Amino acid sequence: MNSEKNIKPVLELKNLKKSFGDNHVLKGFNLKLFEGENLVIMGKSGSGKSVMVKCLVGLIQPDSGNITIKNQDITTMGQTELDLLRTEIGFLFQGSALYDSMTVRENLEFPLRRHKDKIENFQGTEFSVKEALENVGLANAIDLMPAELSGGMQRRVAMARALILKPKIIMYDEPTTGLDPITAKEIIQLMRSIQEKYNTSSIIITHDVDCARVISNRMILLVDGTNYAEGTFEELSNSKDEQIQAFFKN
Amino acid sequence: MNTENAILSKTKSFFAEIGDMTLFAGRFFREVFSPPFEFKELMRQCYNMGNRSLLLVSVTGFILGLVFTLQSRPTLMQFGAQSWMASMVSLSIVREIGPVIIALICAGRIGSGIGAELGSMRVTEQIDAMEVSGTNPFKYLVITRIVATTLMLPLLIIMGDAIALLGSAIVENLKGNVSFLLYFNQVFDALKFSDLLPATVKSVFFGFAIGLVGCYKGYNCAKGTVGVGEASNSAVVYISMLLFIIDFIAVFVTDIFFDI
Ligand SMILES: Nc1ncnc2c1ncn2[C@@H]1O[C@H](COP(=O)(O)OP(=O)(O)OP(=O)(O)O)[C@@H](O)[C@H]1O
Ligand SMILES: [Mg+2]
Repeated sequence: MNSEKNIKPVLELKNLKKSFGDNHVLKGFNLKLFEGENLVIMGKSGSGKSVMVKCLVGLIQPDSGNITIKNQDITTMGQTELDLLRTEIGFLFQGSALYDSMTVRENLEFPLRRHKDKIENFQGTEFSVKEALENVGLANAIDLMPAELSGGMQRRVAMARALILKPKIIMYDEPTTGLDPITAKEIIQLMRSIQEKYNTSSIIITHDVDCARVISNRMILLVDGTNYAEGTFEELSNSKDEQIQAFFKN
Repeated sequence: MNTENAILSKTKSFFAEIGDMTLFAGRFFREVFSPPFEFKELMRQCYNMGNRSLLLVSVTGFILGLVFTLQSRPTLMQFGAQSWMASMVSLSIVREIGPVIIALICAGRIGSGIGAELGSMRVTEQIDAMEVSGTNPFKYLVITRIVATTLMLPLLIIMGDAIALLGSAIVENLKGNVSFLLYFNQVFDALKFSDLLPATVKSVFFGFAIGLVGCYKGYNCAKGTVGVGEASNSAVVYISMLLFIIDFIAVFVTDIFFDI
């Protein structure tokens, strides 16, 4: 683990602050994501986890703080550069956010419209779409509308869409919330296999202790808008601190 | 005291909204001419809007012409002025009633549809999803829709006007034994360039207003399903008001150029 600390992080957040009116959500949050690592973020509902990842991809403008992705500061970036950088980041929304007026196929084709060239040895849109769907085990759903899919299938299609440009950094916002334990396990397996296949670095936001146990290399607990504790699953789950213990009690 | 405050803050937020909408329009003009252009999506929007409003506009136009002519007949007959029917009906429909009524109908049909569609996309984070996938959602969703309404509304209005005149001609044909040929000869005698041009220009602005307000309301929709209903509803209210304001201005401008 120590040797990992010496590597430069692919993504770094320094002293991130964000308020909505009087609601001070993030009060100086720090985070480093290293290459090939699965970083799990846990925090209570409403603690600002979604706000934090949205700041990371520039969907929410933070009040202050530095966000560096691949040595580029995204807070000062122009629109075109930001769009290019975003193609290297996969983002799974908490609510899937599939385009409900488009079929599954069109949903997956959407990121490819402008950024085909991002994929190494690109073999055609059709091929990419099928490959991405096969990765999540939904090849036969290609011509369905999102409304015709179950919640778990929607989540998997959303994963396929987030991964279609083969991003090196992936952010999963609560990938297993609202799914039954079996489907949740499948999703977790999927995340692991993708990480092994493409050697990605991921930030995973979750409440799910089982998910955290299986997938995390390192964890950060978000409490009161700051990173309250940091460490491996074992370290944190054996901690004596009451606030930390609260996350692991079932 | 309390009502005073309420009125004051309502007025304030109204003007703040107008300001925001102006900024939104400014962004439209800044981005509409810069690449990349979403041409395919624009065509799809044009097709959808035209297609979905076709029947509604046709039926309304037809009934408008029919009723208008039926109602005017007795009055004109009192003065023995039935032969003025064609020119009276065509002037009032082409200049004023056609554009305003059809634009109001499209406000309900297209404007509220855009408000609800973009609003629900905002609420379910689909707009955010577009943004992170490296597509500018303002270009893809907003610009295509505003351009589409601006292009389609004049066409819909011209078509609606024509169908209204057809309805009027049918009444004249059945009740007054005026042949279609004679009726439309009179129509084209009555209509001048100075009637057609301002009406068409006005329709372009009507279309722009419908697209702009619908998109503004939907794109900036508040979270929650209540927000979506509110977006689509207030889109129609604002558009209707704006249509009459534009109409009012159009009369003055037309008067300056063409001396009506
Ligand atoms: N666009 C916004 N405008 C105003 N307040 C917001 C906005 N987005 C989030 N908030 C507020 O920020 C706080 C954190 O929200 P966030 O969605 O990040 O929570 P979360 O940690 O992701 O919770 P959950 O686990 O339930 O998803 C909440 O109090 C919420 O009300
Ligand atoms: Mg969240």
